[in-house]
Amino acid sequence: MTGAPLLSIRDLCVTFPTRQGEFQAVRGVSFDLGRERLGVVGESGSGKSMTGRAILGLVRPPGRVTAARMDLDGQPILNLPERRMRAIRGGRISMVMQDPKFSLNPVMRVGPQIMEAYRLHAGGGRAAARARALEMLAAVQIRDPERVFGLYPHEVSGGMGQRIMIAMMLAPDPEILIADEPTSALDVSVRAEVLNIMDALVRDRGMGLIFISHDLNLVAQFCDRVLIMYAGRVVEELPARDLHAARHPYTRGLLDSLPRLDAPVDRLAVLERQDDWRTEAIDASMVDALPGGLR
Amino acid sequence: MTPMLQVSDMDVWFGPPHARVTAVKGATFSVAPGESFGLVGESGSGKSTILRAVVGLIPGWSGRIAVEGKPVAGIGRDRAFLKTVQMVFQDPYASLHPRHSVDRVLSETLALQGLGDVDRRITRLLEDVGLGRGFRFRFPHQLSGGQRQRVAIARALAAEPRLLLLDEPTSALDVSVQAEILNLLKDLRAEHQLTYVMVSHDLAVVAHMCDRLSVMQAGRIVEIMDAATLRAGAPREDYSRALIAASTWRRA
Repeated sequence: MTGAPLLSIRDLCVTFPTRQGEFQAVRGVSFDLGRERLGVVGESGSGKSMTGRAILGLVRPPGRVTAARMDLDGQPILNLPERRMRAIRGGRISMVMQDPKFSLNPVMRVGPQIMEAYRLHAGGGRAAARARALEMLAAVQIRDPERVFGLYPHEVSGGMGQRIMIAMMLAPDPEILIADEPTSALDVSVRAEVLNIMDALVRDRGMGLIFISHDLNLVAQFCDRVLIMYAGRVVEELPARDLHAARHPYTRGLLDSLPRLDAPVDRLAVLERQDDWRTEAIDASMVDALPGGLR
Repeated sequence: MTPMLQVSDMDVWFGPPHARVTAVKGATFSVAPGESFGLVGESGSGKSTILRAVVGLIPGWSGRIAVEGKPVAGIGRDRAFLKTVQMVFQDPYASLHPRHSVDRVLSETLALQGLGDVDRRITRLLEDVGLGRGFRFRFPHQLSGGQRQRVAIARALAAEPRLLLLDEPTSALDVSVQAEILNLLKDLRAEHQLTYVMVSHDLAVVAHMCDRLSVMQAGRIVEIMDAATLRAGAPREDYSRALIAASTWRRA
């Protein structure tokens, strides 16, 4: 990572009131994001999606987001008024969700949806927006952009739907893309295509990518750096290529519980959860890695 | 030896004649007693459809299905069939009735199978799937995903079947929970001499669980191979090799 981070987050907490008292979905997450691919891995309920939603201001009341710092290019974006947040969301930070079936408007053709997203943030006339939409569809390797432009979401496959989502999210040229399980609903062959497209776009445009996933092997191959989350906290941070040499027992446990094609075992290792993973002090090396300290 | 399950020249289709979609075309395979057989392929390749046609959930099929040498027809399945063959579905959030307690799920199945001694059997089933009797009067919303899948497995085992059809039994679960359920399924197979037919899109899971597997593409069985061939990445057909290659992403 070089220069000032695109996004700098310190001590992010997301809290929901429940009948049993406050529930903390995210408990003090801190990280910096540069022009890189940052993987966020964890099991369901670890707070990885909630972290992404908190950055975009998508946590609905009564949920509460607090942080010591949440800066985009040095400007605080924590709990901005909805009107100002809307200019950032989609424009400067975009999000691709898991299933294109639920993220595209089912009663609107694909092309006009991309045009709408683009004009909302970049302005400009219809002709320019149309050209941009077609250009973006071509950028995500859709062979016949003119034809796909006029299709409804139910007329496209899952993989194409996800590529359309990525085209729409990238049309306003955001600085940061948050991808929340972008390939989990896709088949392996289509998954490779979508990942290649995201990989090329991030590299060529110099974007920051937050890649949220439960798939450790995929993150190890796709990302530059990985945060491992457990019970709302980051328990380990390491370069993606060193993921298989992870030290934290939770990360190790997750890796060992995966069946592997190249290493047959009779029984899979079962993760023994320990209470102190929830509370133990955060590794000092992780604190040192953050310019400006934890708070 | 009579195969536990024999499927020959099976076609399965959906929709009325003028808009017919054939989801499975000419599938032929056989599974020996005590074997664990996998079906892999992309979504839409017809792997789950085969299982659903075997248990009689799809009316439109032709060809031959025989369980322990006894052929079945149409969608009717007699009591002897359902005592031999049971199925576990993908999503334990959807396959359990939200307002039926674990006790009711299991006792209803036992009653349908005409099995008595319900109390003892339920306790035994819950212990078999690693839940313990404390879970007997819980409702699905009081259970985690892994616990629900254990209940679904207990329900399938209630009939004391010999053939278990597993449709993506762990793909809705976290990896750590997946490991627990796969271990449980392995133990149960050894303990009760079960035969498995397992559908999965995860090649590593199939290699771990199955002795042999068939690769499906667009409704056809492309190739049947053993797990060692899969692990060695040395199948005969190009499509199978492409599927294995695609399961790990590498920067282009």
